[in-house]
Amino acid sequence: MTGIEVTAGQLGFYSCHACNLVSKATPDHLEAHCARCGSHLHLRKPDSISRAWAFLIASYILYVPANVLPIMHTSSLFGAQSDTIMSGIIYLWTSGSWHLALIVFIASILVPSAKLLAITFLLISVQRRSVWDPLQRTKIYRIVELVGRWSMLDIFVVAILVALVQLGSMATIKAGYGAVAFGAVVVLTMIAAMEFEPKLIWDPKRNRREQTAG
Amino acid sequence: MNRPPADFDLNDLPEARAVRKKGWSVQFIWLIPVLAALIGGWLVVKGIMDKGPTITITFKTAEGLEAGKTKVKYKSVDVGEVKGISLGGRGKDVLVTVELVKEAESRLVEDTRFWVVRPRIAGGMVSGLGTLFSGSYIGVDPGNSVTKRREYVGLEVAPLVTGDVPGRQFILRAETLGSLQVGSPIFFLQEAVGSIVAHELNEDGQGVTFKVFINSPYDQYVTTATRFWNASGIDVSLDATGIKVDTQSLASILIGGVAFATPPGSAKEPPAEENREFFLGLNRAEAMKRPDTVAILMTLYFTQSLRGLSVGAPVEFRGINIGEVKAMNVEPNEAETNFRFPVTVAIYPERLLSLMKVGTYDHVDHSDEAARRARWDVMVARGLRGQLKTGNLLTGQLFVNMDFFPDAPKAEMDWTKSPPVVPTIHGGLDELTATVASIAKKIEKMPLDEIGAELRQNLVTMNRTLNSADKLVKRLDAEVAPAARSALDDARKTLQTAEKTLATDSPMQHELQEMLREVNRTLQSLRQLGEYLERHPEALIRGKKEGGQ
Repeated sequence: MTGIEVTAGQLGFYSCHACNLVSKATPDHLEAHCARCGSHLHLRKPDSISRAWAFLIASYILYVPANVLPIMHTSSLFGAQSDTIMSGIIYLWTSGSWHLALIVFIASILVPSAKLLAITFLLISVQRRSVWDPLQRTKIYRIVELVGRWSMLDIFVVAILVALVQLGSMATIKAGYGAVAFGAVVVLTMIAAMEFEPKLIWDPKRNRREQTAG
Repeated sequence: MNRPPADFDLNDLPEARAVRKKGWSVQFIWLIPVLAALIGGWLVVKGIMDKGPTITITFKTAEGLEAGKTKVKYKSVDVGEVKGISLGGRGKDVLVTVELVKEAESRLVEDTRFWVVRPRIAGGMVSGLGTLFSGSYIGVDPGNSVTKRREYVGLEVAPLVTGDVPGRQFILRAETLGSLQVGSPIFFLQEAVGSIVAHELNEDGQGVTFKVFINSPYDQYVTTATRFWNASGIDVSLDATGIKVDTQSLASILIGGVAFATPPGSAKEPPAEENREFFLGLNRAEAMKRPDTVAILMTLYFTQSLRGLSVGAPVEFRGINIGEVKAMNVEPNEAETNFRFPVTVAIYPERLLSLMKVGTYDHVDHSDEAARRARWDVMVARGLRGQLKTGNLLTGQLFVNMDFFPDAPKAEMDWTKSPPVVPTIHGGLDELTATVASIAKKIEKMPLDEIGAELRQNLVTMNRTLNSADKLVKRLDAEVAPAARSALDDARKTLQTAEKTLATDSPMQHELQEMLREVNRTLQSLRQLGEYLERHPEALIRGKKEGGQ
C-alpha cells in the first residue's frame, strides 16, 4: 500500500453504517447517533471481542452433544437405528460411497471444527494485540465468513428426510437432539464470526506504529 | 451519489447526535454461553441418565445377532440393544453385551430370562415369523425376584410362559417322560388350559420332574386333592361294556398331553399353592386311586412254584385289590431239605377302609399297633390264609389271594420275624391240579371193558328187534292194503248214488216240487173255505148260496 495509512477513527470521524454519512465524534461518555438517519454510530463494533467469545464458547459447548448425540432416528420394517454424524459417515464409507462420505465429512466435521479453531485463533491474536501478518488473518476471516453457511448441509439433509420419509409403519425418520445442537453450533459460529470486528486485526499495527513514531 | 464540493471543510461536517448511554450492560451477552452450557449440560445429563445398565448374556451361538443392530424387546417394545459380541471362556460360548434402557434397571433380577427370538416351527406351533423380515432379536421376560443380577445365561428356546401371563406353575413327578415334551398341553375336562414348561431328569436318575403352567383362571381348579395323569395318545380299554376309546384331543395324540381332575367328593379342598408337587399317573385310573399312605409289609412262605408271580402282582382279598407283591426270595426250610419262597407283600389297609361305608368302622383306632396285631391274630385264628391263585389261565399269571379258610389247619401269625409272617395254604393252581388228578384216577378205576361188552350185546338184541318190526310192517303192507282199497271203492259208489239222487235236475227233486205246489193249492182252497164259513156259517147247514158272492 502506498501513501499514508489513516482510518476515519484516527481523524475523529464516524461513518454511519446505514447511510454512510460522515460525522464528527462526540465526547466519549455519550453514545453517538447519526445526525441524518439516527443509526447508532461507533468506530469499532462495541464489545466485539467479548460478544464473539460468548457465542464461540456457546458453540464449543454445543459442539459436544452435536457430535455425540444422534442426529437422526430411522425406524423401518427392518429395525430401528440412530445415527450420529460420525456413524453416518462411517456407514457411508464402509458401504462404498466414499465420495459422499468425504463431502459429509468436510461439510459436517472439518468445516465446523476448522471454523471454531479459526475464530478462536483470530480472537486470541486480537486480544494479545498480535501484529503477525494482519493481511493473512483478514483472509482467514473472509474464508470463515464465506464457508460458514455450508455447514448447514447436514441440517438440510436431515430436515428434508424427516419431511419426506414419513411412511407410517414402513419407515419413519425423526430428527435427534444432535441435529438441534449441530444447527445451533453452525448458527452460533456464524454469529460469532459476524460479531468479530476484523478492523481490530489491524489496530495493533497502527498502535505499534504510533508508539514507534511517538 | 452527490460528490461533495471540492473545497469542503472537514469542520463543516455535521456533528453526531449525542445520546445518553443506555443502562443495559454488555454482560447480557454472556447469557448465551450460559444458556448453551445449560442446554448442553442438560443433554449430557439426559444422555447419562438415559443410559441404562449394561449386562452380559451368554448364548450357545450368536446366530442372527449383530452388534449395534440387534434389539432387546419386551412385548415388542425396544428396551435395549446389543453393543458387542465376543467369544466367551475358551470359545465355548458367546458373550453378548447388551445395553438396556434405564427403565429396565429394576427388572434385572435373578429370575429374569433372555432368549433369542428366531423363526421356529416345533411342537405343532409356529413362532417368531416376524423375525424373518426384521432379523432376530433378544426377548426378555422380567422376573419377580429382588436379587440384582448383571450376568445371565440366555435360554436356547423361548419360554412358553412368560411372567406377564397370569396363572400358576406346578411341579409333577413321574416315573418316565412318556411321550411328553415341552409345550405338551394340559387338559382340564378336555379343554387345553396350560402347557408343560420344562422337564428334567431327577438328579438321582429316578424319575422325571415336570414343570407345568396352568393359565388363569383355570389354575383355581387345581386343588390340593387334584390328580394329574398322562393323557398322551389313545387309551383303548376293553371291559364288560365293550371297547372304549379315550383321547383328549388330536394334538395330544401327536405331541402328548397331561390331564388333571379332582376326584369327586373332595371339592372343598383349597386351591393348591404355587409350585406344589403332584404325582403324574400313567393313566386316569392310576391317578384317581387313593394314594397309599399306610403300607403294612407281610411275608408269606410258599413251597410251590412261583412261576407266574412277579413283583407288582396284586394281593387280593375276595377280589378286592388290597396290596402288591414287593419282593420274592428263596431260602432253605428249617430242615434244609427243601426250599421255600418267602414272598414279601405290601398291604394297604386304606384301600379296604376306603370302600367301607362311612361310620361302620370308625371306632377302630388304626394307629394302635398292639390292637392291629390282635386283629390280625383273630383273623388268622378264624382261618385267614394267603394262597397263590391263577389270575389268568392263558398267561399263567399268579396273584396272592387272601381269604378265610375255616377248614385250614391251625396256624398263627409269626410276629417275631420282620416283616411278620402270615400263614399260607395251598390253593389256586395246586388245587386245580389235584382235582384233575383225582378225576383222572376215578376215570381209571371205571370197568370200561365190561361196559363195552355189555353195550355190544345190547346192540345185537336191539338189532334183532328192529328186524322183526321191519317184517311186521312189510306184512301189513301186503295184506291189509288191498282190502282197504276195495272198501273205499264201495263207499265212493254209494256216495255217488246219493249225489245223483239229490241233484237239482233229478226226477225226485222235480216230483217233490210238484207235490209241494199241489199241497199249496190245497191249502189255499181250505183257507177260502174257512173264510166263507166264517162269513156264512149257515152254509154248513144250508150249503153254498148261489150268487151270494
